[in-house]
Amino acid sequence: MQALVIDDDPAILLMITSILNGLGYQVTTAVDGHQGWQRLTESSPPDVIFVDWNMPVMNGLEFVKSVRSKPQYNNLPIIMVTTELEISQLALTMDAGVSEYIMKPFAPIMIIEKLQMVGVLT
Amino acid sequence: MATLTSALDPQSFSYISSLVRRKSAIILEGEKAYLVESRLTPMVRELGLLNISDLVTELQKPGSQGLNQRVVEAMTTNETSFFRDIHPFNALRDKILPGLIQRRSKEKAITIWSNACSSGQEPYTIAMILAEHFPMLKNWKVRLVSSDLSNRILDKARLGCFNQTEINRGLPMNFLLKYFTKDGSKWTIDQGIRNMIEFRELNLVEPFPALLPKMDIVFLRNVLIYFSPESKTEILNKVRAVMHKDSYLFLGGSETTMNLNVGFEREQIGSAVCYRPVA
Repeated sequence: MQALVIDDDPAILLMITSILNGLGYQVTTAVDGHQGWQRLTESSPPDVIFVDWNMPVMNGLEFVKSVRSKPQYNNLPIIMVTTELEISQLALTMDAGVSEYIMKPFAPIMIIEKLQMVGVLT
Repeated sequence: MATLTSALDPQSFSYISSLVRRKSAIILEGEKAYLVESRLTPMVRELGLLNISDLVTELQKPGSQGLNQRVVEAMTTNETSFFRDIHPFNALRDKILPGLIQRRSKEKAITIWSNACSSGQEPYTIAMILAEHFPMLKNWKVRLVSSDLSNRILDKARLGCFNQTEINRGLPMNFLLKYFTKDGSKWTIDQGIRNMIEFRELNLVEPFPALLPKMDIVFLRNVLIYFSPESKTEILNKVRAVMHKDSYLFLGGSETTMNLNVGFEREQIGSAVCYRPVA
């Protein structure tokens, strides 16, 4: 299983990567949406993407819109990593095509639950 | 302020587990000492006591019934979350409710019971599924009864107000956006959803209220694990007596009625396991 994790916060990047590694995922990381887009398009699609909302260069919303503009990525589960402050913008992310959200701070079990919710973990 | 001293002594654990067993039939075996510590230490702190042994002394004083009840409630409150173990809710949405709607088309009535509902996430999940996927039921008599041993936790459930951690567990994004309003750092579920639920205090080991309706769907999840086989049998027999013949019972993922002679047969619906009363 493959995952792409995009976050400019190294601690969050490490946390999500560690949890996914523990679940058997091979994880590719990126520190902003633009790098994330490069990682995505240079190889076969991952099984799931975690993307932070607030990032430099290209933010999470812009990244998601780019992904959903390509038909081959229509069904790719995307989980937005957001803070309580950003949650009011959740409607925007849903319209853009985000599958689910996870709010920081979160416990490892919540990553597993979100993966179940988007159907990549039974 | 008093400094808390160390852990739980065997006599205090024995007293607490006897109290809980007497009041709720729930068994706390030795390995649950950590649970007693974690659940009661905040109470010890709040009361300005030094340790659980001091709490036990307070529990034995005249006029301490309220404190006794608080201790029992602290030890029996269950962890819960929205859409917990998702499969029963998928079964509800995809098979059970459509089937019941057909079979109850004459009486236009469905009754669902969420037992040991704790802070309400389970009945609110059911209510949101009804609102989201079965709008035709607005003209039906749908009762969503939701019970718990603890009146304190029911008060919280009635408010329908949840913190970020509770919201982060299991609640799909579209449901959050549609059925909740943010209020400071908390989220409150819509009044319309709250109005769908009847919250009531109920102790599974005491006689059920005479006016409890006959049920079509019962959720009794992650509760029976705390009871002796005899108490489990008694509870399941009582639950079965208030269920329609073609109704459904959901237990927790690791629970079963097997090895208990209680008149249920197992049925698989998708990835969910439920139990149907045997005629």
